[in-house]
Amino acid sequence: MKLTDISAPDYFHKVVDCQWACPAHTPVPEYIRLIAQGRYTDAYMINWRSNVFPGILGRTCDRPCEPACRRGRVEEAPVAICRLKRVAADFKDDIRDRLPRPTAHTNGKRVALVGAGPASLTVARDLAPLGYDCTVFDGNPKAGGMIRSQIPKFRLPDSVIDEECGYILDLGVTFHSGKRIDSLKALLSEGYDAVFIGSGAPRARDLDIPGRKEAAGSVHIGLDWLASVSFGHVTSTGRRVVVIGGGNTAMDCGRSARRLGGEEVSVVVREGFDEMPAASWEKEALLNEGITISAGLAPKAFINEGGRLTGLLVEPVTTVTENGRSTFVPTGEPPRQIDCDEVVIAIGQQNAFPWIERDIGIDFDKWDMPVVAETTFASTHPKVFFGGDAARGPKNIISAVAHGHDAALSIHRLLSGEDIGERLLPHVQIESEKLGIHEWAYDSEVTLDHRFPVPSRDNKTALKDIRTEVELGYDPALALAEADRCLNCDVETVFSGPSCIECDSCVDICPMDCITFTENGEEQELRLRLRVPALNPLQDLYVADGLKTGRVMVKDEDLCLHCGLCAERCPTGAWSMQKYFIDMTHAGDTCPTRSR
Amino acid sequence: MSYLAKPKFHHPALPENTLGYTRRDYEGAISTLCAGCGHDSITAAIVEACFELSIAPHRVAKISGIGCSSKTPTYFLGNSHGFNSVHGRMPSVLTGASLANRDLIYLGVSGDGDSASIGLGQFAHALRRGVNMVYIVENNGVYGLTKGQFSATADDGSKSKQGVVNIDKPIDLTALALQLGASYVARSFSGDKAQLVSLIKGAIEHEGAALVDVISPCVAFNNHVGSTKSYDYVREHNIAVNRLDVIVGRTPITVDYEPGKLELVQQHDGSWLRLRKLNAEYSVHDRRAAIDFLLEHEAKSEIVTGLLYVASDKDELHADLNTTDTPLNALSQKELCPGMARLEEINASLG
Ligand SMILES: Cc1cc2nc3c(=O)[nH]c(=O)nc-3n(C[C@H](O)[C@H](O)[C@H](O)COP(=O)(O)OP(=O)(O)OC[C@H]3O[C@@H](n4cnc5c(N)ncnc54)[C@H](O)[C@@H]3O)c2cc1C
Ligand SMILES: Cc1ncc(C[n+]2csc(CCOP(=O)(O)OP(=O)(O)O)c2C)c(N)n1
Ligand code: SF4
Ligand code: SF4
Ligand code: SF4
Ligand SMILES: [Mg+2]
Repeated sequence: MKLTDISAPDYFHKVVDCQWACPAHTPVPEYIRLIAQGRYTDAYMINWRSNVFPGILGRTCDRPCEPACRRGRVEEAPVAICRLKRVAADFKDDIRDRLPRPTAHTNGKRVALVGAGPASLTVARDLAPLGYDCTVFDGNPKAGGMIRSQIPKFRLPDSVIDEECGYILDLGVTFHSGKRIDSLKALLSEGYDAVFIGSGAPRARDLDIPGRKEAAGSVHIGLDWLASVSFGHVTSTGRRVVVIGGGNTAMDCGRSARRLGGEEVSVVVREGFDEMPAASWEKEALLNEGITISAGLAPKAFINEGGRLTGLLVEPVTTVTENGRSTFVPTGEPPRQIDCDEVVIAIGQQNAFPWIERDIGIDFDKWDMPVVAETTFASTHPKVFFGGDAARGPKNIISAVAHGHDAALSIHRLLSGEDIGERLLPHVQIESEKLGIHEWAYDSEVTLDHRFPVPSRDNKTALKDIRTEVELGYDPALALAEADRCLNCDVETVFSGPSCIECDSCVDICPMDCITFTENGEEQELRLRLRVPALNPLQDLYVADGLKTGRVMVKDEDLCLHCGLCAERCPTGAWSMQKYFIDMTHAGDTCPTRSR
Repeated sequence: MSYLAKPKFHHPALPENTLGYTRRDYEGAISTLCAGCGHDSITAAIVEACFELSIAPHRVAKISGIGCSSKTPTYFLGNSHGFNSVHGRMPSVLTGASLANRDLIYLGVSGDGDSASIGLGQFAHALRRGVNMVYIVENNGVYGLTKGQFSATADDGSKSKQGVVNIDKPIDLTALALQLGASYVARSFSGDKAQLVSLIKGAIEHEGAALVDVISPCVAFNNHVGSTKSYDYVREHNIAVNRLDVIVGRTPITVDYEPGKLELVQQHDGSWLRLRKLNAEYSVHDRRAAIDFLLEHEAKSEIVTGLLYVASDKDELHADLNTTDTPLNALSQKELCPGMARLEEINASLG
């Protein structure tokens, strides 16, 4: 197979599984090491640069990094990457003097941002320090988007949102709260140089089954109901509440109802328990609060008696999945009634752009979604860009942030008169970790500890007030212990064939049997010929030549612990441990590397 | 040499042997030898061989003398018995242990200094007596532990790290073992793990005195240009006469093989050795021809490796002495000490 080009920035980036999986490519191991050293402020700033909302994300992130984390392949559970981020936010010092200052002079370019969610705020954060005159519009009274309006306060207190949105608005960004944009045409006519649309996916799906109309007073649309709860318009529920839906929104609705007077709260889902789209930790938190999940039930009708909702009729179904599409087939068991006083519907979320005229040069596809370019987030209108849920449908905060960075880069290039399609490679800083024969600049020892649970308030206190945050977060001692579990996947094993004397020491010492010296061959066949066959196709083989015997060195990156024992054992320094700090390019970054 | 212990984590797909152990279960403490030492590679080969043969660790006794090589039993089979004896005295300690408990597998681990210099007499007598053991010499041509003086296996003409040329004649331990009557004689190289593992497996399966002489470069004192025991030199001058696969089990072999290329050898304990011949003329059954072959190639500065000889007849110390089948620790006081009357009987019979 082809020899590995380790100078391609993606090669080692992929080895840092968490960073590669993070949509914003946060340098995770770097901030985890800083937390271990008690350098919380530095850890926070690394996050702030990459993901803009460390305190918010440290409590709410969808954490695509964790299923990817190498630790989860080596033992039971990944590193608690997300909750360590919260530690940085909780224990940092005042960071204001580390933030960019509002520019004294604007560059004369005006950018309008529709919506004050994470996507728009990221664009503003990246552009304002460069001198752009940024104006953000939102129909809501406060900034934050769904972070503010939908995510319940017991998961994310307002103070954290205020703080982190504040850092951005204080960069000299103009924020028009309570101002809905009703016409993009009108907005464009105000002469903005660019418009970013980060208006989210605000429309919830309704459930049109018999009895819906009659029950209207007691049936709520989850998305709107959560906003009403957040803004204090809804403060109580009936005693028995049924939530329909199996996603994270449904979990939030159930847990909110439980705090607003719902004593018997149950969640009804069509899928089986394991197929529910909600994150495992959200399900766990819900069950822990005494809420039940009734899986495999399809709602058939709202039952109203005497003008009042008394129950929900449900039919047992099984999920049949074909070509990735699920259908729900009745099991034949008779439908039954779940008694309840109120129902919350949380069965999905959609985009809606009633305020964008269809004759102004913005193309929409057959699903009525705007046509948005892959990396640049440009629409078909030269001045208009999309990002976040508005661009690709409902997703999560960290994706919105990632889109925001990319869109800001496009806007900056556009308004600097450059080709927006040309993007700089990430900036890679390589540093040898060797200090002495047995001394490394990183903590190479591998702890056997399992994942530490995050301390939480007990139900009695947690359920009393909907604004009481459930999780307490790690304390510094627990944070240190959890941080220690990180395998430092950014400290890379770098091999130099000509220095190798083929003594086999590295092969023998490697605890994970990563290294094989053998004849080269086709990748598929070579994978089977290694010391332990490399059966995870998602993980690369590192192939290097330069050996006297003409063989190649093949390293399966899959389970390497980055313990450095290979390098410590090597008599000739053919292996070295080198830290790859990979930093994505944002608007305004100039870096001398080649373009992609 | 590492200060950190090897993490307990292992590859989740690591195979298990018939006892349910992985290779990792046969490891010992972390090695304190120099990074890159050939001896560590032999350690790994012993671990692999015992794993593949599904040997219960408590059935093994590792016995060694003094030297870097003799330190290695600490680094493998952490759950086996061990005795780190005095310089050059491994063979007599092993002989004693074997006489006391014939049920264990004996791994004698020694160096070229330990065996060819101070311990040459012990080496000779253990082999000629046919002690049932695997005698491994980790042969680097120097006294590694005492900082690299030439040992008795250093070739004449080989240069020390300081540039001094050795003028004494080398002892070839394999030729000597053949002459002394060892019933399994092999030579291998730390840099050829596949060959080494199979030769050790064959030696473990062999009943009788088995010598495995392993050229094992000393990276600190004998791996430079001018040395005849460096990785590069051995790789360039290695003449392997055969490759060996050990077939455990007593079932008759039905594999087809091309005559002249593959040879099946049954050891007298019933196990089979499958040899893939690399030199069609070479026979593993002819002791005298083997000695000739070694001398002839040594004259050409070639290092012969592979299985050099395996005896067809059983020659084993316990059989020769007609000792009891039961290990001494399993005999009762009465059997071990039959009393005055029996002593007198014996004394009388000697009269
Ligand atoms: C109940 C719930 C819980 C969630 N929990 C999580 C979680 O734990 N973790 C996670 O990562 N994600 C979560 N999400 C998803 C996450 O909130 C969104 O993916 C994310 O906020 C999208 O960001 P955005 O910037 O694209 O838009 P949004 O956050 O949706 O912000 C869009 C903003 O635009 C405003 N707006 C829309 N149209 C106009 C207009 N015409 N004029 C002016 N303003 C307008 C809206 O008022 C809104 O404030 C959750 C979503 C829901 C519904
Ligand atoms: C009786 C006695 N004499 C001398 C020594 C010093 N000594 C220690 S190790 C050694 C040589 C070991 O050489 P070798 O067996 O080749 O082992 P290596 O270190 O090369 O593996 C010597 C001479 C000793 N320990 N005991
Ligand atoms: S072990 Fe650490 S560096 Fe590696 S993937 Fe997990 S969090 Fe990232
Ligand atoms: S760092 Fe080296 S020794 Fe450690 S697991 Fe990775 S390849 Fe193996
Ligand atoms: S330890 Fe170093 S010299 Fe030895 S085989 Fe590995 S890379 Fe090569
Ligand atoms: Mg020696």
